[in-house]
Amino acid sequence: MLILKAFEFKRGDTIIHKLDPRVKFIFSFSCLLLSFLFGSVIILFCILIMILPLFYISKSLGNYLKSLRGALFFMIIIFLLNYFTSGIDMAILIIIRLILIMSSFSIFFLTTYPEDFALALVSIGIPYDFALTFIMAMRFVPTLAREAQLIIDAQRSRGLELDKGAFITKLKNYIPILVPLIVSSLRRSMSVAEAMESRAFGASPKRSSLIELSFKRRDYVALTLIVSFTVLMLFLKFYFHIEDYLK
Amino acid sequence: MIEVNDLWFDYDGHPVLKGVSFEISSGEIVAIMGENGAGKTTLIKHFNGLLKPKRGYVKIFGVDTREVTVAQLSRKVGLIFQNPDHQLFAETVKDEVSFALKNFGFPKDVIEVRVEKILKMLDLYDLKDRSPFTLSGGERRRVTIASVLCYDPDIIVFDEPTVGQDYRNKERLARLIKLLHTQSKTIVVVTHDIEFVAENIPRVILLSSGRVIADGSTRRILTDENLIMKANLVLPQITQIAYFLKDFGIPKDLLWISEIRDSIIKVFRR
Repeated sequence: MLILKAFEFKRGDTIIHKLDPRVKFIFSFSCLLLSFLFGSVIILFCILIMILPLFYISKSLGNYLKSLRGALFFMIIIFLLNYFTSGIDMAILIIIRLILIMSSFSIFFLTTYPEDFALALVSIGIPYDFALTFIMAMRFVPTLAREAQLIIDAQRSRGLELDKGAFITKLKNYIPILVPLIVSSLRRSMSVAEAMESRAFGASPKRSSLIELSFKRRDYVALTLIVSFTVLMLFLKFYFHIEDYLK
Repeated sequence: MIEVNDLWFDYDGHPVLKGVSFEISSGEIVAIMGENGAGKTTLIKHFNGLLKPKRGYVKIFGVDTREVTVAQLSRKVGLIFQNPDHQLFAETVKDEVSFALKNFGFPKDVIEVRVEKILKMLDLYDLKDRSPFTLSGGERRRVTIASVLCYDPDIIVFDEPTVGQDYRNKERLARLIKLLHTQSKTIVVVTHDIEFVAENIPRVILLSSGRVIADGSTRRILTDENLIMKANLVLPQITQIAYFLKDFGIPKDLLWISEIRDSIIKVFRR
């Protein structure tokens, strides 16, 4: 699952790793907002070009490119679907929008330590239990992928041929993969729950935290940049109707 | 027959096997041993083509594994994986064991006969209508063994078969290996369980960080202190006793209880 490389945290010591997760989240969210508001390929492309250096600065360009390669297959499908239903212009727009959204969230997940991410969620009012559930789900994605591979190997060794037969047969071929995967995930979730409870998870209603998030100067600078850029773009769109000039 | 020649393999550029070569003749029983991460499981996944060599070749009965499908090779090479939870999926033990036979296209009546025979052989017949998920660890392990033995492959590869098994289950496995040997099967056992190898398996291939560091008789390899240390193992208990008693004229290359008993008695008789 190459595509997941875009969302796998990689330890690092760059300025982007050090930024407050809330700032990075606002960045990703602004990109999401802009990518939906603007319907112009040129503008979206410009924003994308502006994001790319961030991958270079955070030394995660390699993972990012790998995930794009992994997503290629889906992108081609989406492109073709849109091409046949709404024409070439729409298809290009959708693809560039997709890459932009993926990139903006990928920079967040690539550079944010999962624990920090949970803290950021808590600080915007999400209960810790939910935040933890979310980061644990992220944490177990690679484990699940590895386990799926082991199961596929075991079943192929017993003569299972995944891509044999017509469409329905092909789907049925996945039953021997999915059943063990689901069963062992359930088993594991039980034992994780037991392990957590035996380490007193949920013992006190108000949980303290070893790391406290706090804004530093670089966070204020980054936040100012992000907010002013977003406001500028909104201004250009709604006041100047910039998109009309680009047609 | 298994022929491995200068086999190289890496995962995304991390080399795991670095020029592994050996041959296993038909009817042999061989243990593949080595430290965690030595490349044992990666190696046996080449035997039925799950992995293909990056360099060198693997031949099974003279056929290069790159030229045939996993399904075709699996018909000849039965791989029994370590964790039963990674393959059990059917509603009953009987269905689980029939799975491979159905995949290989055996006719229905043959499946019936074979499944019954193999379930009886592995003491699973009384459990045939149970769900595999409700069985004990040892029983689950036996179901995975049955689900491979049922289609009668010529080469049988066990990955860590003794992990988490009690002594009786280990004895059962030892008896099974002997039985399969009398049916002139080729048996490969990947394991850390040095006592099990010392008692039951005559030949050892020792891997260490992706290379074969020794290949030969179990007696020569498992009683060689330096080799054992290199592979992150410890000497078999009987051999350790023999080492302690070497000043009394007891030879160091002992593996079995009967041997050390005889040599100790000889010392007392002197």
